[in-house]
Amino acid sequence: MKEYLGMNDIIKVSHLTYKYLQNELPALDDVSFSIPSGAWVAIVGHNGSGKSTLAHSLDGLIDFKQGQVFIDGVELTEANVWKVRSKIGMIFQNPDNQFVGATVEDDVAFGLENMAVPHDEIQARVDSALAQVQMSEFRHKQPDQLSGGQKQRVALAGVIAMQPKIIILDEATSMLDPIGRQEILGVIKRLRRKLGITVLSITHEMDETTSADEIIVLNDGKIIESGKPSLIYAHSDLLLKLGLDVPYSQRLKEALKLRHIQTPQAYSDEKGMVDWLWQSLLKA
Amino acid sequence: MNKLLFGRYIPQDSFVHHMDPRAKLVLSFLYVIVIFFANNWWIYLLMTVVALLSIWASKINFKLFVDGILPLIWIIAFTMLIQVLFGTGGHLYWQWGIFSVTSLGILNAAYIFVRFTLIILISTLLTLSTSPIQISDAIESLLKPLEKVHFPVYEVALMLSIALRFVPTLMDETESIMNAQRARGVDFGTGNIVQRIKKIIPILIPLFVSAFNRAEDLATAMEARGYQGGAGRTKYRLLKWGTRDTIATLIYLLMTVVVFALRFC
Repeated sequence: MKEYLGMNDIIKVSHLTYKYLQNELPALDDVSFSIPSGAWVAIVGHNGSGKSTLAHSLDGLIDFKQGQVFIDGVELTEANVWKVRSKIGMIFQNPDNQFVGATVEDDVAFGLENMAVPHDEIQARVDSALAQVQMSEFRHKQPDQLSGGQKQRVALAGVIAMQPKIIILDEATSMLDPIGRQEILGVIKRLRRKLGITVLSITHEMDETTSADEIIVLNDGKIIESGKPSLIYAHSDLLLKLGLDVPYSQRLKEALKLRHIQTPQAYSDEKGMVDWLWQSLLKA
Repeated sequence: MNKLLFGRYIPQDSFVHHMDPRAKLVLSFLYVIVIFFANNWWIYLLMTVVALLSIWASKINFKLFVDGILPLIWIIAFTMLIQVLFGTGGHLYWQWGIFSVTSLGILNAAYIFVRFTLIILISTLLTLSTSPIQISDAIESLLKPLEKVHFPVYEVALMLSIALRFVPTLMDETESIMNAQRARGVDFGTGNIVQRIKKIIPILIPLFVSAFNRAEDLATAMEARGYQGGAGRTKYRLLKWGTRDTIATLIYLLMTVVVFALRFC
């Protein structure tokens, strides 16, 4: 596994091990990796591979006994867990269960209230966060009046308002329909371009990893592979064996191979595949 | 199930909606207390006028209030029936064993009807025009003095606001669990009382389990967003006492004075 040793590593995990009381096998087994500041890293793995445990550990929501986690140069310990949390914004899976406030604006303000931000500043930050996720006109709506995708956009606004350096998406789009998923990912991409936030997305949807700089594959609590998306996707047999899917362009390539059509070895995204198909058709 | 109005809030741009929730809460309490002093039709007339005036000022569709009363109509009818059948005093119309219908009994039943209806109207007005978070803010603010005796005011207010926020969510979930059980062949509409109670179990158990899961998720999400307890938080919503609150308070105080005058003088 490649180790980043740069000074600008915003997340650094070394030898993290965690075992749930009721389980025999550890949920995380000697996991080490680091993430450079501003990167988009996707952690993939099937259900029960330890992805969510990893996300919870990074935010200090799980009290791991072995290993070390450094977030933005601060070691995660009991004493400075709140300092670490203020640097990380997390979005969880279930849109309903993380909605604390009675209305959209209350929910966005919740984190700021916890940080003891003065009232006037809360107002300004809530306004701008809602504008960034395009939910301003929904500010007085209650959670039961919103769709799943809208609720996740509110959760994202709550995170944006707190101005974290890192956003962790803990399967944040797994309960959304494809449109809601595209909306959330679109907002996050835009934010990242604008603010240079580090994004750690935890998912089992391979289509969500296409915009990642790096993919880390987890299986049974261990990192079994990591690297650029093109490298990971090229090993489609490994992904399928782990119960994961492969991106659409890769599936198309496999289908063409079955019909004895020679395709390029290296991974290409959808646009790359379209270009290649046109080129080979023109040649023929 | 969605007809239930408790905990629902109807946003509007009106006099009542812009009032301080503390004023609304205290005035609703005052109204309910005062109505128990009512003993003649003039008082009921006055209080009905005040209630209708308050509802008119809220710009909320009156049909919603009727919907609020309808589920309780059987309780009201039952209480009235008891009053009619067991009432004593006044002119005796009909008697059979321990049952007797008297003029005073009928009058009391009528009073009870008006009393129930007005109490439901005013409390429905409070919940329809005040968002749950405002109600819990008001309670927090009103209970503030209890902090001196180490009463966990903030925690109680938070629990209340979360409970109210989850009412519609849990209602929707109950509905979908019921539908899922119906799809598996559970018929909720038939059977005797014991059978019907047994049929509640496949709704209750999943609902409890999911409530536990929700609680755990919510606690994690709150912690991840830096919630460390009530101390040292700032507030997004500030309660402000305005002119309309003073006006409303004056109207209700005037009503109270007139009611007491009619009652005791």
